[in-house]
Amino acid sequence: MTGVFFETGSLFSGPERDPAGDAGHPDPPERVGFFTDTSVCIGCKACEVACKEWNAIPEDGLSLTGMSYDNTQGLGASTWRHVAFIEQSGPHEVPEEVPDESQPAGDMRWLMSSDVCKHCTHAACLDVCPTGSLFRTEYGTVVVQEDICNGCGYCVPACPYGVIEQRADDGRAFKCTMCYDRLGAGQEPACAKACPTDSIQFGPLDELRERAALRVDQLQEAGVPGARLYGHDPEDGVGGDGAFFLLLDEPEVYGLPPDPVVTTRDLPAMWKHAGAAALSLAAGAAASFVLPAILGRKGRR
Amino acid sequence: MTGTPTRKGERRRKGEELMVPRAEFDSYYGRPVIKAPAWKDRDIAGYFFTGGLAGAGSVLAAGAQLTGRRTMAKTLKVSSLAAVSLSTAALINDLGRPDRFLNMLRVCKPTSPMSVGSWLLAGYGPLAGAAAASAVTGWLPRAGAAATGAAALLGPAVATYTAVLAADTAVPAWHGAHRELPYLFAASATAAASGMALVTSPTSENAPARYAALLAAAADKAAVTAAERRLGMVAETYRSGRAGKLLRCAQALTVAGAATAGLLGRRSRPAAVAGGLALLTGSALTRFGVFHAGLASAEDPKYTVEPQRRGQE
Ligand code: SF4
Ligand code: SF4
Repeated sequence: MTGVFFETGSLFSGPERDPAGDAGHPDPPERVGFFTDTSVCIGCKACEVACKEWNAIPEDGLSLTGMSYDNTQGLGASTWRHVAFIEQSGPHEVPEEVPDESQPAGDMRWLMSSDVCKHCTHAACLDVCPTGSLFRTEYGTVVVQEDICNGCGYCVPACPYGVIEQRADDGRAFKCTMCYDRLGAGQEPACAKACPTDSIQFGPLDELRERAALRVDQLQEAGVPGARLYGHDPEDGVGGDGAFFLLLDEPEVYGLPPDPVVTTRDLPAMWKHAGAAALSLAAGAAASFVLPAILGRKGRR
Repeated sequence: MTGTPTRKGERRRKGEELMVPRAEFDSYYGRPVIKAPAWKDRDIAGYFFTGGLAGAGSVLAAGAQLTGRRTMAKTLKVSSLAAVSLSTAALINDLGRPDRFLNMLRVCKPTSPMSVGSWLLAGYGPLAGAAAASAVTGWLPRAGAAATGAAALLGPAVATYTAVLAADTAVPAWHGAHRELPYLFAASATAAASGMALVTSPTSENAPARYAALLAAAADKAAVTAAERRLGMVAETYRSGRAGKLLRCAQALTVAGAATAGLLGRRSRPAAVAGGLALLTGSALTRFGVFHAGLASAEDPKYTVEPQRRGQE
């Protein structure tokens, strides 16, 4: 935790039952998270607006992208919820009870999904932050401390989901806090509160995982093709996400990486190779001084 | 790949099974999956170069001192101090909040290569400074020798940790080559330092620099080849576009510089200087090339998605 000079971190990867406790919080409350069920998202963007309002995030462009109804484009320093909008031409299953055979079956669908920081169990942004500005809260979430961040920008390329970003005019990094201030007051985050369809569900992570497993079974039984959970698995490359999703297509269709891995999983190997490379440098330099001495002596009559 | 989230050539009448396999890869309107760093190449690639020049320079300086090559020892100590000062300035300049640079030393975090590097620089910088000051003024030769030795011990770490800094990210061209990059950076740093030695020392002293240049050029080539083999389709980013151009020039200059120095540098001072300059430029271009390969691999979602998909199979 912050205030501790030596931050040793914890496990680099793999299942981790208690990220908050592991980060040094004695007796932490239950880990909380988001379950975003995109099958009921209507793309209203109430979450985007509520997030901007509650967190007083500055405006970051009012342009029209021309690519779809999505003019927000992606998560960033000043967009902590982003509703992806995908228009697909078929082929897609249509419900059996299509009434009128003369009507062509739909060969087009809209997918909508509200994306957010995943609050990874093994968060690369937090691991690489040199100032300790990014930290693990008692709720198991990942938060930037704005009074400490010096805008080194290391967290930006470290995040495997492309979430955190520096604000150009400010220099510091910003991202979703899972409404840390509201959690402290016993309130749910603004986006979950505002979502009219309960596509965004907030709660204890274990409970959400159970609920999500039931929901995906239900959808698969009903014949919804492509229904799958994403980020729910504690065995995955980031140890499971604190914010996970029910998707209706491959993750990359939504702009999500199919199999993200926390970069620090390989950090021990990197340090090992850097050590070996440093030794080779020293050995090469030594050889460069010894060789001319030997060869020079031979060369001389 | 335009990245529109539609699938090519798939049409279906009701009741038919989906027969056409899905397209190789979909993306969200071609938008990147990860975010490229906002780092400026002049600052960060420049920092990789100057850090390497400083670190490897300290090692060669210690060797020169031990073998009585006085000019070489002195000029390398001065160049290491200049390079580490420049690199620190570049690092601070690249911060979003330069006035908060001291926060870098707020904690010590082995999981953050940037934290480790800050501490490394905090230790190495004063040593390089003391070594150079003593060499130039002739004061406190004992302390100067001790500082030279200590800087030579930390130098290789200063030169190679930057590879871990780049590799410890989600950037495919950097992370994918995390085993090879440290060796490439070590080789490139040695090339730069030997180049500096060739430029600044007399031919009577430059034999070790010539050997080091030849070793570095060979190791550089081997490391790039190994990295590209490991990277698979992501290796495209090292071969095409801006990075490709930079890296091709880098290779040519490194090889030409080492060959010139190796063959002619013993007798001809101008040849040694020319070879040295080529080696220095080659090393700098290598770092800019690797930097831009990283940016290119972050900006196109296929370099993130396809290797992850392949890993799942
Ligand atoms: S999604 Fe990115 S920004 Fe969010 S916790 Fe994970 S690594 Fe950090
Ligand atoms: S930009 Fe700020 S939050 Fe991100 S790694 Fe640097 S100090 Fe930490």
